[in-house]
Amino acid sequence: MQLTGAEIVIRCLQEEKVEYVFGYPGGSVLYIYDELFKQDKFKHVLVRHEQAAVHAADAYSRSSNKIGVCLVTSGPGVTNAVTGIATAHMDSVPLVIISGQVPTGYIGQDAFQECDTVGITRPCVKHNFLVKDVRDLAITLKKAFYIAKTGRPGPVLVDIPKDVTNQKCEFEYPKTMVMRSYNPVIKGHGGQIKKAVQMLLDAKRPMIYAGGGVILSDASEKLAKLARRLGYPVTNTLMGLGGFPATDKQWLGMLGMHGTYEANMAMQNCDVLIAVGARFDDRVIGNPAHFAEIPRKIIHIDIDPSSIAKRVKVDVPIVGNLPDVLDELQKLLEASAGVPDPKSLAAWWKQIDEWRGKKSLKYKQGKEIIMPQYVVEKLYEVTGGDAFVTSDVGQHQMWAAQYYKFDKPRRWINSGGLGTMGVGLPYAMGVRFANPKATVACITGEASIQMNIQELSTARQFRLPIKVINLNNRYLGMVRQWQQMFHGNRYAESYVDALPDFVKLAESYGHVGMKIERPADVEPALREAFTKHKNDLVFMDFLTDQTANVYPMVAAGKGLSEMILAEEL
Amino acid sequence: MRHIISILIENEAGALSRVSGLFSARAFNIESLTVAPTEDASLSRMTIVSTGSEEVIEQITKQLNKLIDVVKVVDLSEAAHIERELMLVKVRAAGKDREEMKRIADIFRGRVIDVTDSTYVIELTGNGSKLDAFLEAIDRTLILETVRTGVSGIGRGDRILKV
Repeated sequence: MQLTGAEIVIRCLQEEKVEYVFGYPGGSVLYIYDELFKQDKFKHVLVRHEQAAVHAADAYSRSSNKIGVCLVTSGPGVTNAVTGIATAHMDSVPLVIISGQVPTGYIGQDAFQECDTVGITRPCVKHNFLVKDVRDLAITLKKAFYIAKTGRPGPVLVDIPKDVTNQKCEFEYPKTMVMRSYNPVIKGHGGQIKKAVQMLLDAKRPMIYAGGGVILSDASEKLAKLARRLGYPVTNTLMGLGGFPATDKQWLGMLGMHGTYEANMAMQNCDVLIAVGARFDDRVIGNPAHFAEIPRKIIHIDIDPSSIAKRVKVDVPIVGNLPDVLDELQKLLEASAGVPDPKSLAAWWKQIDEWRGKKSLKYKQGKEIIMPQYVVEKLYEVTGGDAFVTSDVGQHQMWAAQYYKFDKPRRWINSGGLGTMGVGLPYAMGVRFANPKATVACITGEASIQMNIQELSTARQFRLPIKVINLNNRYLGMVRQWQQMFHGNRYAESYVDALPDFVKLAESYGHVGMKIERPADVEPALREAFTKHKNDLVFMDFLTDQTANVYPMVAAGKGLSEMILAEEL
Repeated sequence: MRHIISILIENEAGALSRVSGLFSARAFNIESLTVAPTEDASLSRMTIVSTGSEEVIEQITKQLNKLIDVVKVVDLSEAAHIERELMLVKVRAAGKDREEMKRIADIFRGRVIDVTDSTYVIELTGNGSKLDAFLEAIDRTLILETVRTGVSGIGRGDRILKV
């Protein structure tokens, strides 16, 4: 049967078992929206800004391991979506973004709402397509879903001119996809894995460093199995939190710029390091030259060869899909007669416990002013550690990462790579769509939340009972912290004046608003929000200490062991 | 170190910009880039000349391989290979210069492919340094225009880049 391009788009999404499309209509996508209107196999979520559509689809994917789907119109629809796409790209999140384009005959004419979508998005997608012929539409969408999810995942954009959505052709959706130019590696190299096992067994001061790849590939159980078998310490990157249980005694906390003292010291001083789905980025190892000063053997497992040996020299590179490689490692380990040297391992743990003794995350909660860390700790208690937590970007993001202990993967949703302020609320929306019964908290700040505050309207429309935890310090906190530490206390443009009354603002959207000003009120307010207002969106405006800083801190360009600790100030 | 990287890439619209965009986005050096379809019209072949440390060249080949449309990547300079570049030079060739110009072109195995009473267009093929040497050898003031294709390269003997 002959279908129009618009019908084909809808059929493809149905074939892919898409549940939700996050989007915003406009001229170039009207045929698609018309067909979307006539079906009920998947639902459309109307956001209030295209950026939020992509963020919501992104979090939908991060919290469920399904592919997030967005639909936006040409021109400004696309340019608004770019921040969302780049955010997903930096954190390797599988998305399919369908964008409208002006009719093929108008392309290049500076038509109304025209932009070079493929050109603008090229550097921030895994791949993109412009479909100029309706006969290519189904196979292109199939490719888009295939590319987004396989290998190192990422966003794929399909740009469809309006006339293509109104032309007809036979519809057939390919069952499988083979591309001669794209064949992601699955199995790791056997010889390399063998070498890695020996190196791990020979280690005196071993360290397991696990990143977001563990979450993306659903490898956390296999990682835990390996770690427990070896008895080695584990640290997670910001993106890897939840990839290993935070309440496990083998866990040293997050590492990096705001990592714990013990995690950073162990990372710096280990003699064998196994990196699992992590990429040694600047916020993790600090200055690579300083990191290289202490010689250590590095085993690096990643699905993306270009992540290996990019910033540090690697002794045993293993390219492959993490669960497959970890299975193989485990098998060889079980088969091998060797065991880690118990004496050196005990000495190493003793050293680590000494570092732990620094208690680098301690802070003082007085009677008068709410400490932001305290709010996160109380949130952890009140939610029983079982919430999905999204965050925006800045100090509150780091406190959320440091003080909410994630035991499960896909529970911690934040923008790690691009560091996009404004993701928190749309992320919480996406999480809730993917997990309709979940408790969802959005830890944010008064600056970040205002970057996508309009989504309070979407949340109202879909009755999403998100709990917004606004750590309101009236400053762009992380900017202020850097200005205090590195720019002579000159707080250039980091004070946030003329804030709205968030309680009234929330109420005006039909939500519940709360203002919490005293430490004693923190826990009762949280309990009220999560019990009495279980089914409401509650905007909790916590007035917090204005000068609180995030510690420990490795200043940009410094070595990982050159941490500034709270007590040293 | 100078490297010659050969790429087979799907002959799709925008393929060139994916490659050139990668080089600018990651601050990789690019000396020359040539591209044209192969005998199989669905594939294009690119030759890229780049300079960088071993680590940088490794990243370049890895990043190129990561592009979805790229089918194969080979660093030609890792083993025996041939490189050639084509240059067209328009020179003033009048009076006493006319004879001399023809003579030097002959020495470099160049061919005069367009003639007027006052100019020649000389076609010259070779590696880059030969073309440079020719430009050095002739009187600079006589050069009206030059155009070079950039380097094309191919492996020697059994080294074959094919799908």
